[in-house]
Amino acid sequence: MKIKVDAEKCEGHSRCYSLAPELVDVDDLGNAFELNGGEVPAGLEDKARLIVDNCPEFAITIEE
Amino acid sequence: MTDTTDTHSDPAAEAVAASIPERCPVTDLATDYDMFDPEYLKDPFSAWAELRDTCPIAHTERYGGSWLPTKYDDLQAMAKMVPVLSSKSPIVIDMPGELFKEDGSGYNAAAPISADPPEQNWTRRALLPHFTPKAIAPQTEYTQQLCHDLIDGFIDKGGCDAAVDYAQQIPPRIIAHKLGVDAGMVDDFIEWVRGVLELGLQQPELRAKYRDIIRDFFAAEVADRRANPKDDLITALCQTEVDGEFLPDEVVIGMCNLQLVAGIDTTWSSIGSALWHFAGHGDDRRRMVDADDGLWGTAIEELLRFYAPVTMARNAAEDVEYGGVEFKMGDKILMNFPGANHDPDHFEDAHEVQLDRQRNRHVAFGIGIHRCAGSNLARMEMDVALRTWFERIPEFTLADPDAVTWAGGQVRGPRILPVTFG
Repeated sequence: MKIKVDAEKCEGHSRCYSLAPELVDVDDLGNAFELNGGEVPAGLEDKARLIVDNCPEFAITIEE
Repeated sequence: MTDTTDTHSDPAAEAVAASIPERCPVTDLATDYDMFDPEYLKDPFSAWAELRDTCPIAHTERYGGSWLPTKYDDLQAMAKMVPVLSSKSPIVIDMPGELFKEDGSGYNAAAPISADPPEQNWTRRALLPHFTPKAIAPQTEYTQQLCHDLIDGFIDKGGCDAAVDYAQQIPPRIIAHKLGVDAGMVDDFIEWVRGVLELGLQQPELRAKYRDIIRDFFAAEVADRRANPKDDLITALCQTEVDGEFLPDEVVIGMCNLQLVAGIDTTWSSIGSALWHFAGHGDDRRRMVDADDGLWGTAIEELLRFYAPVTMARNAAEDVEYGGVEFKMGDKILMNFPGANHDPDHFEDAHEVQLDRQRNRHVAFGIGIHRCAGSNLARMEMDVALRTWFERIPEFTLADPDAVTWAGGQVRGPRILPVTFG
């Protein structure tokens, strides 16, 4: 599983970072980017779905 | 701090209420909603639900006229109509011409919130690095100590006004600490902010008076930091460069104004609404007594969703059509993010507080380029304020439900909230 943060849509709410710092980090403006090239480590698939479902900007997608 | 023995009055709010002509009853929400109707303030949820089903973008002529969208998808779309729906005037009631100041100095009262691109873009980039989760984390300890100190002041009294004695006291001290201004002026800050945003909304002279007080205060602070740099946010903003030039004084003053006005009664409203909820909902309160980090995390977001306090305004910069409505140039639109958060198309059992709600794409802090810059600070304050309260005062109830009052207009939250401990 891979996640993708759309930098054009991200407005820096940081919901994903607070829910899954294993999957994303934020830059000095608070905008998110994927860790590990977006690769979701085994066992963290539910967290990946969780950050998709909690992004108010619809900026995160999953590529199976 | 306010004396807790007299918690059941709010003289400043009563004086404003008394000065306003009696309001006509609302007969048709779709064409005549009233954002200051005490019944609407107590329960805006049923009004939004009715409008979503009948007229999802309502209109009123009251207070100079405004539009009120109520559906999540509409709020999402309208927040992105930039700059056609302009943010230059985020307060829904215009200041009369004679009180409006255009001094040619380039002063923007509260950039980036009151700016459109490109000004919005560079002012936001200057401010945001100070409000990322990592930038906020070091202030957690100070906030915890502050909350304990406040509770020490009333815990032996058996009760307090949770709005006046607790919720209201936290954000101004955090903002003062962050900006580097005298925390001893907290009572003044509270008065100024209520004067501008709450009581001043219907009282233009009051609003102009406090607008000028705040501006003069920060002008002096900025001049001081230019001469005597300190380790604080005002200094950091003074030393911020954009395109090789330091931010002008007028921009820094506007940013300080924004932090004071937008960072105080918003967050105290959220903390107060959460305490009101727990005081009146024993099952939810008991559930939080032994809550783990996971439950606290979802609970904070759910309370933000349900009791989202803030409704900013936009101005149509030209005639524009959206959702079957023809907005005329100059029309005011209330960005009803709180209403979006109750849309059953996007939230299962939207009318229920579910403290363990997992899927919660709420928009309490707005969306798009004007997303609240202080959202991470507000979340930290709310988290610390509620956890510290529960650690010290796990059992509490409303002392007098009828005494509770709600501020409305553009920031909704309890202003009088007497609770009994135990």
